[in-house]
Amino acid sequence: MITVKFSATAKAVTGEDEITVEAPTVRRLVRLLDERWPGLGDQLTEGMAVAINGEIIPDALYEDIPDGAEVHFIPAIGGG
Amino acid sequence: MTMTEDPTTPGYKWVGTRPIRPDGLDKVTGKARFGADLILPNMVEAAVLRSRHAHARILSIDTAAALEMPGVQAIITGDDFPPTDDMAPGDAHQAVKVMARDKVLFEGHPVAAVAATSRAEAQAAAKAIVVTYEQLPHVLTVDEAMADGAPILHDDLITANVDPAPETASNIASRAFFERGDLDEGFAAADAILERSYTTKPVHQGYIEPHAAVADSGQNGRANLWVSSQGHFDMRTMTAKVLGMSASKIKATPAEIGGGFGGKTTIYLEPLAVLLSRKANRPVRVVMDRDEVFMATGPTSGSSMKIKMGIKNDGTITACDLWMAFEAGAFPGSPVGAASMTALACYDVDNFRIEGFDVVVNKPKVAAYRAPGAPISAFAVESMIDELARAIDMDPIELRLANAAKEGVQAPYGPVFPRIGFIETLEAIRDSDHYRSPVPEGQGRGLASGFWFNIGGNSVATVNVHADGNVSVITGSPDIGGSRSSMALFAAEEFGIDVERVQPHIADTDTIGDTDVTGGSRVTLATGKVVVEACRKIVTDLCRRAAKTWDCEIEDVEWVQGHAQHVSGTESPLSLADLAANAGRTGGPISATHAENVRGAGAGFSTQLVDLAVDEETGQTSIVRYTTAQDAGKAIHPSYVEGQMQGGVVQGIGWALNEEYIHRADGTLDNPSFLDYRIPVASDLPMIDTIVVEVPNPNHPYGVRGVGEVGIVPPMAAIANAIDRATDCRMEHLPMSPVALLEAINERNAD
Amino acid sequence: MNTPHTKSVVSCTINGNATQFLADSGGTLLNALRDDIGLTGVKEGCGTGDCGACSILVEDRVTCACLIFAPEAEGATIVTIEGLAEADHLHPLQETFLEGAALQCGVCTPGFLMAAKALLDKNPDPTETEIRYALAGNLCRCTGYDKIIRAVQDAAERMRENA
Repeated sequence: MITVKFSATAKAVTGEDEITVEAPTVRRLVRLLDERWPGLGDQLTEGMAVAINGEIIPDALYEDIPDGAEVHFIPAIGGG
Repeated sequence: MTMTEDPTTPGYKWVGTRPIRPDGLDKVTGKARFGADLILPNMVEAAVLRSRHAHARILSIDTAAALEMPGVQAIITGDDFPPTDDMAPGDAHQAVKVMARDKVLFEGHPVAAVAATSRAEAQAAAKAIVVTYEQLPHVLTVDEAMADGAPILHDDLITANVDPAPETASNIASRAFFERGDLDEGFAAADAILERSYTTKPVHQGYIEPHAAVADSGQNGRANLWVSSQGHFDMRTMTAKVLGMSASKIKATPAEIGGGFGGKTTIYLEPLAVLLSRKANRPVRVVMDRDEVFMATGPTSGSSMKIKMGIKNDGTITACDLWMAFEAGAFPGSPVGAASMTALACYDVDNFRIEGFDVVVNKPKVAAYRAPGAPISAFAVESMIDELARAIDMDPIELRLANAAKEGVQAPYGPVFPRIGFIETLEAIRDSDHYRSPVPEGQGRGLASGFWFNIGGNSVATVNVHADGNVSVITGSPDIGGSRSSMALFAAEEFGIDVERVQPHIADTDTIGDTDVTGGSRVTLATGKVVVEACRKIVTDLCRRAAKTWDCEIEDVEWVQGHAQHVSGTESPLSLADLAANAGRTGGPISATHAENVRGAGAGFSTQLVDLAVDEETGQTSIVRYTTAQDAGKAIHPSYVEGQMQGGVVQGIGWALNEEYIHRADGTLDNPSFLDYRIPVASDLPMIDTIVVEVPNPNHPYGVRGVGEVGIVPPMAAIANAIDRATDCRMEHLPMSPVALLEAINERNAD
Repeated sequence: MNTPHTKSVVSCTINGNATQFLADSGGTLLNALRDDIGLTGVKEGCGTGDCGACSILVEDRVTCACLIFAPEAEGATIVTIEGLAEADHLHPLQETFLEGAALQCGVCTPGFLMAAKALLDKNPDPTETEIRYALAGNLCRCTGYDKIIRAVQDAAERMRENA
């Protein structure tokens, strides 16, 4: 099981701060979330990065998620 | 007296030393070729006709007379570009930014471009193009743009991230929102609560080299493009997108880049040059004048911010409510999201709400500028924290230490911080000579801190060992501040050879794999990592070759100080040069490439201390002493780390005291020159003392975090805090120019 | 503006070489140096004399090449960045700029070197303040000036030692 923590923006859709789900990859997680809250998948992938156990990973769609991990979807960061 | 502390890491021979940069000789002798220095056979010059209106509908463009002008080879307008209907919104905005279609959205917006045999002829012909406009009302500030009934820039712009979605278009492109805990509870627990409003003006990156591009388009649908940019791969890809080309049809070659600071991560002239070259059937060079740079390229956002914070008498920050609206310029994309994420990132705050709005106005589209967004929100938060420190009579460093983010603390944007070095920067300042010395009579001392993420990203390195045993390191990362040196140092360290035997090279888009821009403080971290990995592949290969030479097992070979050694000591060590000379017999050329989307960026923090004096007669602020402490993770070439720290500070000093876009009521820019947009000069400044803090990034082979950006985050608040202590005037609007400060002093005197 | 400028032949000495070029009467010396003579080490940052990137020496005085019409160079002795080093060794300023990492992007560097040379030729032992004011007409956006000032101090010391 993994814990997904929602940002305030995502919480407006989910109504929950966090959920615990079974998802071995980011892609599976996004699909699962999108089935539960249609449209959330796009919101969580377009211009977004994923933090898995604190490590920010851009382009994370195919990333494995270790069991017990804490996952955040956060806006992708560029820079100057 | 500078406090340059040279950190040394036991075990490193080259990393952490200060060799002369490989491109240095060309840059002190005038040989280095920057964007505008390329002259091709048969090349013609271009000029861009730009809108003088801030907002207007283009009714017609008549190029007939201009086409008859002497020397004219080609003219392009929006009609020469592919339609934007099928493009993603961001690409469509980019396409319309580089050349207006039905409307102009800011003064300086290109409406046509001319190629002619000389620059003067191109300029004369551009003036002869007749454009008829229907002027439209404009908006210049977030307040104007967000007002009910405001003129709308984009009829199809619906605010994103608002639930439910608005049904009508507005100038608010999107909303960023972060919250945690319970604000009411947080404020109820506070012993002191303050509320303030702050504004900042758009400021320009101010690179000394104006934008320039040279293009040579062929009949085969391909084009060669020479660019001065922070990332020629991105220039190529963006140019191809707005021209409807396949990216690989453009070969982009990097010129030396004369400063960028984020502003050269996007396209302006490149598609114009490619199209003009195609139409003129000749190479085309297009170079901006300085006023074009100011009018039409990248400032960062002006902003309006409101903040309320609560604190307990023991120094615990209990709540923060921050509202921000950022000017995006004519198209969506201000850094308000990053500003929201960074605003409180230095602190562990249980209860907060941060709301940010991205607002379009009739000004040039903002571009990235060094830690985009973070300096703006830090001005509000770090000014407020200083006031809170005074309100509860607590030392500003102790207050920050009491709330400091550290490993295990949840960042305001979500994830938990790994090992970070914020506290170490606070301690470095606290323990510095500067902080321990009394504030000189008549001066004020201010302190502020800042955070920036730093990023990784896509990088590729190819490392070749030549027959003489010397090494080439090829990457795709333009060198904007000495990164060639860092790449050479990594390779020298990995191979155990003299750094002068390593020649770094920055290759074109056909020669090395796709590489992200030099931005986000990523190059030493990410491109450095792929250089290290490519070198390690070669060292493994060299050991294999030595085993072959000695007819032994590879396990019996180790690489020590530039030599393959047999563990038994029975064989004479083989140097890199020995192995290179024999490469044909051991498997052929010695070469390796490593490509990776590098992760594991380590966050950067900076704490800065300033002493200053204010002339109460004129309102003029003089920076007397400045010390900056920044966590580099590991300084690969300490001189260039210090240089990034010093440069960021001085850009921040300019932002704090002088720099601003001044617009007339008609929407035109009143100060598009270095005379009137005054960046700091040598006589404005003292030496900038640096303390390089090294809390290694555990996710990088050398502990690198990245150093380019965070240095610009604290200065505005540090200076405002010092001015407050010097004059008892709390400045809430940037810039704190002599005029503004004099006004505040006069108000204080009147009270 | 729309009529072609008249051209004139200009004779001058550039970096020790007698040079002739065809000057556009309305063109700047900066454009002539860069585009006609090929001395692209002279940089254009603003075209209005505000940034100093095009600093050259005209009769030993530091001057913005963008503020001089090309025909005004008639008879003048001009030194550009390309003429600062000798064939077998760099000028001490070039050495100390390299050693002290006094450049990041390097586009302002030619102008700074020429302005600093003009200063040290007149004043071999300047104070920090004198250096800062002598270089106040040259903009650098990368370094914050710290390492530039130190490099000039170091070069001055080296030149005094070798004088």
